[in-house]
Amino acid sequence: MALSKDEVLAGLAELVNDETGIAVETVELDKSFTDDLDIDSISMMTIVVNAEEKFDVKIPDEEVKNLKTVGDAVDFIVNAQG
Amino acid sequence: MNSPTLIQSTGVPFTRIYAYGAARGDQIVPNDDLIGPIDSSDEWIRQRTGIVTRTRASEGILALDLATDAAREAIERSGVPAEKIDLVIVATISNVQQTPSMAAVVADRVGANPAAAYDTNAACAGYSYAVTQADALIRSGAAHYALVIGAEKLSDIVDPADRSISFLLGDGAGAAVIGPSEFPGIAAPVWGSDGSKAHAVGMNATLVDYRDGDAQWPTLRQEGQTVFRWAVWDMAKVAKRALEVAGVTADDLAAFIPHQANMRIIDEFAKQLKLPESVVIARDIETTGNTSAASIPLATHRLLDEHPELSGGLALQIGFGAGLVFGAQVVVLP
Repeated sequence: MALSKDEVLAGLAELVNDETGIAVETVELDKSFTDDLDIDSISMMTIVVNAEEKFDVKIPDEEVKNLKTVGDAVDFIVNAQG
Repeated sequence: MNSPTLIQSTGVPFTRIYAYGAARGDQIVPNDDLIGPIDSSDEWIRQRTGIVTRTRASEGILALDLATDAAREAIERSGVPAEKIDLVIVATISNVQQTPSMAAVVADRVGANPAAAYDTNAACAGYSYAVTQADALIRSGAAHYALVIGAEKLSDIVDPADRSISFLLGDGAGAAVIGPSEFPGIAAPVWGSDGSKAHAVGMNATLVDYRDGDAQWPTLRQEGQTVFRWAVWDMAKVAKRALEVAGVTADDLAAFIPHQANMRIIDEFAKQLKLPESVVIARDIETTGNTSAASIPLATHRLLDEHPELSGGLALQIGFGAGLVFGAQVVVLP
């Protein structure tokens, strides 16, 4: 069954925490991965691949650059779950 | 009329690596020397790549010279007389002339003339490809002793203002002597390519573009995120298959020697493979940089110098890079 937006956000926050140590409550929808959370491109790709596995979705390389905020990523994952 | 039956060659059942040789660029280049044109910092480079310094060769020193030095050390350590070497393969992407090959000249310089000699272009997988070829040619009887070299002077094909790959790169050569063995010393390879991702890493222009004034001197570029994803997650599957086809598990390994592309790739790779603590991981990139085809033999040479107890143990080596191409195999360390 498809996960809700809140559930995806919670799961994504865990992945961000695993990779970077950033506290899960800091990972909010309006936060920019690069500007607010200071996540570099390599960590971003690690989070993307782990998110693909966790949520059973495909996030193509060309899509990753469009995921500027946590909200962008949550929306993409929610929609991709079909 | 009866046709005569041809004689086909047959060789020995097993091969192994006898010894390694290494030659690094003579200059130690710290991050601070490169940060100006890319508006970066020592900390930024260390954090993203794990590189503190890289070795580069002075003007006037060619990849060919580094290859010769590494080859001489490998031959000396192997105990194989140079004149018995009848196959020389150089893996490289940075020879400054397209022909003649580096291999023919190295063969002559080290006393292996008239060995069969050729260069092979499989970028950062080149050394692994060359080991596969040497193993196969010796076991087929086409050759008896092989000299395999990865040699690069990448500083000739970098752009100081490029933020994608140039600051990672170094110069060096690593060599190995391969010959017949009483026991299996080089396991079956897992190798291949994906030309649909040819754009992900490679030269940014052709020599013809340069000649016609349509481009600057061609230099290397990469799409970092695409390469990183492929290099860790796709290559982790290749590495696992290389263990399977060798008939071993990660617990049997003494060392893991991935292409020295980026420390972050090496760290994530090791995590994906769930290597036991006992496996020594090559991290030569910290002071040598990424030397493409030379990186695996250089890293192996250093591991064996720093950890002589690894001798006789199993090492998983895996190269991956422009093409895209990949090659992996388990070998017994000399």
